[in-house]
Parts: sequence; C-alpha cells; structure tokens
Amino acid sequence: MKGIANFFRQLKTYPSAIAGLTIIFLMVALAIYALVTIPYNEAVRLWRGDENVWIETPRNARPAWFNYFYKEKQPVTINLKTTEDPSMKNVVELGGGVSTTDIVFEFDYQYDGFPTEMSLFFTAAFKNARPNVEMKWITPDGREIPMASMTLKSQETYRISQDSALVRRLRGVQPEKGLFADPNNPNKVLKGTYKLVTEGLIFEEGSTFDGTLVVYGKLHGLAGTDHRRRDITVALLWGTPVALAFGLLAAVGSSLVTMMLAAAAVWFGGWVDNVIRRINEIVMILPLLPILIMVGLFYSRSIWAILGVVILLGIFGSGILSYRSMFLQVKESGYIEAARAYGASSSRIIFRYMIPKVIPVLIPGFVTQVPSYVFLEATLAVLGLGDPLLPTWGKLLNDAYTNGALFTGHYYWVLQPAILLTLTGLGFAMLGFALDRIFNPRLRGL
Amino acid sequence: MLNIETAQEQTVPAKKRTSGNLGRIAKYTLVRGLTLIITVVIGVYLAILIANGGGYVDKMREGQVREQLSLELAGNEAMSHLTLQERRAVEEDMVKIRIEQLGLDRPFMIRSFEYLWNGLTLNLGSAEYLLSDSGSRQVRNILGERLAPTLLLMATGQLFLFFISVFFALFLSRRYGSVMDKIVVALAPTSAAPSWFYGIFLILIFAALLGWLPFGGMVAAPPPENAFLRILSTLKHMILPVGSIVISSIFLTSYYWRTFFLIYSSEDYVEMAKAKGLSGRAIERRYVLRPTLPTIITSFALTLIGLWTGAIVLETVFAWPGIGRLTQSAINMFDTPVIVGTVVIYAYLLAITVFLLDIIYALVDPRVKLGGGGTRS
Repeated sequence: MKGIANFFRQLKTYPSAIAGLTIIFLMVALAIYALVTIPYNEAVRLWRGDENVWIETPRNARPAWFNYFYKEKQPVTINLKTTEDPSMKNVVELGGGVSTTDIVFEFDYQYDGFPTEMSLFFTAAFKNARPNVEMKWITPDGREIPMASMTLKSQETYRISQDSALVRRLRGVQPEKGLFADPNNPNKVLKGTYKLVTEGLIFEEGSTFDGTLVVYGKLHGLAGTDHRRRDITVALLWGTPVALAFGLLAAVGSSLVTMMLAAAAVWFGGWVDNVIRRINEIVMILPLLPILIMVGLFYSRSIWAILGVVILLGIFGSGILSYRSMFLQVKESGYIEAARAYGASSSRIIFRYMIPKVIPVLIPGFVTQVPSYVFLEATLAVLGLGDPLLPTWGKLLNDAYTNGALFTGHYYWVLQPAILLTLTGLGFAMLGFALDRIFNPRLRGL
Repeated sequence: MLNIETAQEQTVPAKKRTSGNLGRIAKYTLVRGLTLIITVVIGVYLAILIANGGGYVDKMREGQVREQLSLELAGNEAMSHLTLQERRAVEEDMVKIRIEQLGLDRPFMIRSFEYLWNGLTLNLGSAEYLLSDSGSRQVRNILGERLAPTLLLMATGQLFLFFISVFFALFLSRRYGSVMDKIVVALAPTSAAPSWFYGIFLILIFAALLGWLPFGGMVAAPPPENAFLRILSTLKHMILPVGSIVISSIFLTSYYWRTFFLIYSSEDYVEMAKAKGLSGRAIERRYVLRPTLPTIITSFALTLIGLWTGAIVLETVFAWPGIGRLTQSAINMFDTPVIVGTVVIYAYLLAITVFLLDIIYALVDPRVKLGGGGTRS
C-alpha cells in the first residue's frame, strides 16, 4: 500500500504525467458516455445510415459552434413537424367526408446565409381517395409565391430545391436562395418570419396527412455532418471506445506474451532461447502493415480479427530483447536459487517469481505502446480497411480524404478526428514517458 | 537483431588492426545477409499462405493459364470452323490439361513452394485490373514503374532525418538543460503519430490555407517541358512529404540520441581529452560521436522499420505515385497479384534497408572487426 502511495507522490512531480492522466481520464469518460448513450447496434445502424436515418440533416454541414466565431450567422437546420406540434394543422369539415386541412409552417429566419436545401415530407393515411395539397410561400414582406400542388401517396416527398417550375417562377434562381432573397438585393437574406402554407383537401372520412418541413442549414450539431448527411458526432463518440480498446488490448496483449516468451527463453535457455531469438530477428523485419493489409483484405476486416493479428505480430520486436536482459539479471538472484532449492516447477518460477519482478518495468513500456496501436488502427482505416460496421476515427479520416475534404475546405471533417487521435496518442505517450523515468531511475537525470 | 545494452563499455586499442579485419567484416555481413534473405523468404511465404487462405493465389494462377490459352487459341486456324460452344469446351479441356501439366492440381504444400519462388522473383503474372502507366499489365512492370518514386521519397526522407537528427542531438547535448532541450524532451511523445498524420496537417497549412505548396503528386500537371524545371517541380512536390517524415520522428530520435551523447560524454576518456585541451569540436567528433555511432545506427534501424510501415499511407495522402499508392489502389480494386507483389517488394525494401545499416554498423563498430561481433544477438 505504502509503495503505491509513494508511487503516486512521485508521479505528481511530473506535470506531463498529470496532463497525460487527465487526458486519458477524459477519454475514458467520453468512451463510457458513448457506450451508454449509443448502444452498439444503434451505432452500427446509424453509421450504416440506410433508408431514412439521416433524411433530416444537411449534407457536409459544419459544426454549429462555428456561429460563435463569425459575424455572419449561418443557418442551422429548421425542422417543423405537424406530428410534434399539431397546432400548425387546422382541419375544417366541409361535410360528406370532405374536409380541408391547412398546415402553416411558420418560422423566424434571422441568419445571414441562405439554407442549402429545402424539402417537405408528407405522410398520408387514406383508403381510396388520395388527399390533394397545394403549397405557397409567404415572405416576411408579404409576397406570396405559389409552389407545387400534388396528390399525396402514403409517403410523399416534395423536394422544393429541385422544383423546376418554381425555379422558372423565381427567374432561374435556386429556390433555397430565391425564396429567402431580399427583392432589392438578391444576394442578401431578407430576415423575418416566413410561412409555408399547405392547403390540403381530403376526400374521405378518417383520412389525414401530416407534413414535415426541413430547411437544411449550413451548420449542424456538435461536429457537423459528412457527405452522406451522417452526424459526425456519432463517429467521434464511438471512435473513442474503439480506439481505446484497440490500443489497450493490443498493447497489453502483446507485451504480456512478449514478457512470458522472454522469461521462458531465459529460464530454459539453450535451444529455446535460440529459437525465440531467431524468430524475433525475423519477425522484427517483416513488413507488418502489408501483412495486416492482406489479412484485412482476404479474411476479415473486423477490428477484432485485426487486433488478434496485431497482437500476434506485436509479440516480437525490440521489447523481447530488453525483457531478456532484465530476466537474465533476475535469474541470478538469490530468491530464484531458493525456489529452485525447494523444488519449484519451471512454470511456478516463471509465473510466480520471475514475471512479477519485471511487471513494474513492463508498465511504462506498454503505456508508450498504446498510441502506436491507436494510430495503426487509423492507418488501416485510411487505407480503406477499417471495420466494416463500426464508425471509427480512422474511417472518418478515410471518408474525408476520399471526398477531398482538404480541397473543398471541409477542414472540420479532417481536424476533429485528427485532434482526438492526437489527444489520445499524447495522453498515453506523456504518461508513458513519465512512468519510464519513475521506473528507470537511470534516465531521471537526463 | 540489434542490441543497445552491449554498446556501453570497451574502448579498443587502435593499433590492433590486422589483415583479418576485412575478412571479419565480410563474414559478419554475409551472416547478416543470409539472415535477411531468410527473413524475406519467410515473409513472402507467409504472404503466399495468407493470400491462399482464400484460394486467391490458385485463382490467380488459373487466370494466368486461361489468359495464355485463350491468346494461343485465338490465332488457331484449326479452331475456326467450331461453334462457340465447342470452342469453349475445347478450351476448358485444354485448361484442365495445362493445369495438370503445370502441377497445379498437386497438394498445396508442394505448390506453395513454386508460388514462393514465383513471388521471390516477382514473377506474378498480370494484374487483374491495374495497368502500368506505359500500359503493361505485368505485375513486375507495374511495380518497377512505381519503385523509383518510392525510393526517391523514402531515401531523401530518411537521409534528411538521420543528418538533421544527429546535428540536432549534438546541439542539444551541448545545451543540456536549456529551454530548447526541455521543449524537445516535451515534444518527444509526439513521435507516436505516423508520418501521414503529420502530412494531413502540413497539407492543411501549406497547401489548403497558405497555398504555397502543392497538395500532392510528384510533378505539376501538365509536367514542364524543360528537364530542369521538371526536377524543380518534383523537388517542390517533395517538400511536404519529406517534411512529414522528418517531423514525425525528429523529436524522438533527437531525444534518444542526445541521451546517448550525454551518456558517452560523461566517460572518463572524454574528461581526459578535455584535460588535454582538445577543442570542443574534436572531442565531439572523435570521443563522443564516434563511440555512439553503433548505438545510433541501431536505434535508427528501428525508426526506419516504422517509417517504411507509414510510407504506404504517406504516399496515399500525398498522391505520390509510388508503391504505397499502388498498394492502396490495389486494395480498392482487390487486385490480388498486385497486392502480393507489393508485400514482396516491401519485404525486400525493408530487408535491404536493414542490410545497408548492418554494413554501416560493421564498418563503424570496432567490435565487429575484432571478432567480438558474435556477442550481438
């Protein structure tokens, strides 16, 4: 107990250790938060993003906090649903089963930028006769612009931005611009309250329809969205537990096995030692990444399969040599002699006497290894060999890169996962360096 | 392979040079060379085993046979009166016969050695989808075309890294404890990130925001007519990738090497040299740098192994037309022969890099010359 207290007192004298520990702690907290708020299946479903999961988010939107830094405010997505706010709907019975349903989507638009897209989604319930709707746009200065009229199916989407008749009516200007433009200065937004009025005619008893107006903004959420409208926050959050698990498991797995092999090599000596050293010599210069690429390509891209291979290949390396030299010293100590004298078995000596002695030295080594494994996962993902299901930071970078995010100025897309990767890497590396100095007093003066 | 711990002691009497020196170096080099060849063979064999786990190499060989046969049959007059179906049947039969002739129906263990030899000699037939720039489909040609850019980039990067690190480390060891020194020690953990990661930031700053340097590629498009301008353009395109290689490792290498220098400069013989009144430079060169070199080369070899691993993505990020970029396109197109080819090439490149460093090691480490090299693991 006293030893641990002493250790923490020493650790406190290293600011980098404190900073590293803080970062790791925050990352772990973020990982737990991600796992609790978005369960595994939900994360996979969201990131696969099929059908209508991301229908109401804009494409390639920047994070919403961008507005705090710019004088010109860009729009965030405006989303009005009659299912959530039935007061927008006004039903008037006309008798004989016929009724009118008017929906007034009313919103205050106080941004300096134009929206990117506009869509109106309808769901209708009817037996035979389909409801008919007619839409018009009312600007803050009272102009009325007629839009399309349509007969609804049970699911209907009116893509306002792609309405060519409306474009003609707006004299060739895209609707998301023309509908919001100041008539005196077409490049400026006319701020104020806009209304989209939907006048519906229903021909059946019990038939209804609901509408959702989405005015897609230029900003979205904490982290923005990608080219498939997916919220990047999901991937940033879920990338945390994946990166931590991958890095920690790979580092712990490979360094534990490395240590056991080194202990066995030293204890048994002779040909065992020789074989292990020769294998080490060879595996150390094997091209690790190309082999991983082949495994990922021909067998499984699952992150856990890759993890297994990484541990297998990570066993060998310069680590085995330094453990070997440590164990050589341990082997000569008196207590091993004593254990041998009372007839302890080889496995007892290796696992109960040799390995525990070296474990303190193992810790800094394995902590400093974590970042390289975290980056290895990202490296594979950037090559297009990321886990097929889970969102990870590396996959975000890969998406951003293949879509030319740096060319098109979507820097947030690259920078956010990159910063998280850097933070994770730095956290473990800084802690590892400090631990190294605590456990290897020889380095302390340098 | 390379050990750090034995490099500490021993200063060797300079007089004891015998004619056996060269022989010992040659023997040492030979042993190392053989080990590396074995490594390459094992690496390639592993690649073949992995690739054939899904039967991909077999498919690749069968594809080769089929292609060759259909070429032969296309010009065959005797076949022209047959209907398409008959011709197909004949072709199938001939493929079967050819496969038996080539021994492709033998057990995999026997075939695998043939594949191994084909792999080692890069005799991998033709690619499934990719073409070389000159239009060839031969894997060997595709790889050969991409080799020069990779070598150019990596060799430049590695040389820059080595010399900048040595001078920087010497500079730091002279100013031990200064602000600069502390900054480098604090920045050493940043080397956990691979070179491509820094590449992204460099592109963002120097290409996207400032617009000073190109985003990627090897020459401007279209390439300048004048050869001199073309070289200049390539140099300009090399700044960022080489910069990322250097930045990704410089802090860690200079931190380690500066520590080595500090350890060696506290030796008694350095004190002695100081007492003799030798100049600082001479002491540094002859008494500090010289005995540290083997240790430095050992640690540099480890850095280089890491650099080669990062090279694949680095080339992808910078659209550098080398082996790494080729690997990436082969992955995207699932072109098995090319992927196996790139694994072979990387095994060779890594082995050659380590071998070159081993030769340098043998030349600078007196223990090798005096036959003490046997203690190296």
